[in-house]
Amino acid sequence: MTQKEINLEEQFQARIDRDESIEAKDWMPEKYRKTHIRQISQHAHSEIVGMLPEGNWITRAPSLRRKVALLAKVQDEAGHGLYLYSAAETLGITRDELTEQLHSGKAKYSSIFNYPALTWADMGAIGWLVDGAAIMNQVMLTRTSYGPYARAMVRICKEESFHQRQGYEIMLTLCKGTALQKELAQDALNRFWWPSLMMFGPKDDESPNTEQSVKWKIKRKTNDELRQQFVDQTVPQAEFLGLTVPDPALKWNEERGHYDFGDIDWDEFWQVVKGHGPCNKERIDARVKAWEEGEWVRDAAVTHAEKKDSRTEQKVA
Amino acid sequence: MSDKKQWPIWEVFIRSKNGLEHRHAGSLHASDAEMALENARDVYTRRQEGVSIWVVESKHIHATNPEEAGELFEPAADKVYRHPTFYVLPDELKHI
Repeated sequence: MTQKEINLEEQFQARIDRDESIEAKDWMPEKYRKTHIRQISQHAHSEIVGMLPEGNWITRAPSLRRKVALLAKVQDEAGHGLYLYSAAETLGITRDELTEQLHSGKAKYSSIFNYPALTWADMGAIGWLVDGAAIMNQVMLTRTSYGPYARAMVRICKEESFHQRQGYEIMLTLCKGTALQKELAQDALNRFWWPSLMMFGPKDDESPNTEQSVKWKIKRKTNDELRQQFVDQTVPQAEFLGLTVPDPALKWNEERGHYDFGDIDWDEFWQVVKGHGPCNKERIDARVKAWEEGEWVRDAAVTHAEKKDSRTEQKVA
Repeated sequence: MSDKKQWPIWEVFIRSKNGLEHRHAGSLHASDAEMALENARDVYTRRQEGVSIWVVESKHIHATNPEEAGELFEPAADKVYRHPTFYVLPDELKHI
């Protein structure tokens, strides 16, 4: 690094330390830019892939009320993906490059969406737990140092609180229903509990990016802090439903003022991250299919726009 | 990746209600202005956030350079006499 670059980096860190927002055209270290492209695009891809397990249940929703709610939620996810892609694009990557990175597997998305949604109760569990975990992370990110990312997050958080409530309402209805309905709710909790805890990412001492991310105020809390916060908040909600959290080690720790909980199966986490989860292939295949089958529409729109422009130019001439 | 033409980026401005100005809401891709308006409606006004939308292709926006922010905006910092509180008047004076 040259002396000039060192100075620029020092000034940059000083701006971060003063809680100034960094905007798209400001000077930033290359690594800050790359980290953001990685994180924001991963976040965007998660919204887009996240539509798949739920989209599959829209036509099978048990009532019109549930159907309009689920449809609105999935629409929101499309919108959230778009806000985030736009934020990533301010850092000098194109939308097509981002799409390509998702399809080739170069870019990741949240592993939770590689688990199947087997029953209607999963719509409840996903809204309650998956969106609950996502919101916890996103609320923190409304104060992230990169302006366009923070602004997208503010908008997303405002819209997302209904997602978790509609999920919990589904769980509540099932838990007040027949024995079979309650069993479905318990089964959904059993399957989604651990993957939800994994959503916060590796443990702090095994998370290579955390330290730098905290220093740059990309993250303001570590993975383990957020995970603990999630457990503390969610366990009483499970108790309210009369459901059992599938963790025999789960116990309130009076001294710490937090719940202690069991070990996460990190082998499973890494297997799914590396592409060997139950639905990894299905999810990417669905995205690629949609992209390829939509190609003629995208091309036709461009041709239409060009023709319209040339007609206007002729008239002007 | 295909080298086909990508849809250009548009900036979206929304008036949240009559009487207020249009404010920047975000951006999106669209092949032309008509599609940009339709997409903006779907992406940025799902919860009655607006009564009017402007879209403009991002390439048409000219912006100041952040590196020149100092010389552009700092001169206003020491001109306190442009603010009413700079002028010292007795307390008993009303309506001024």
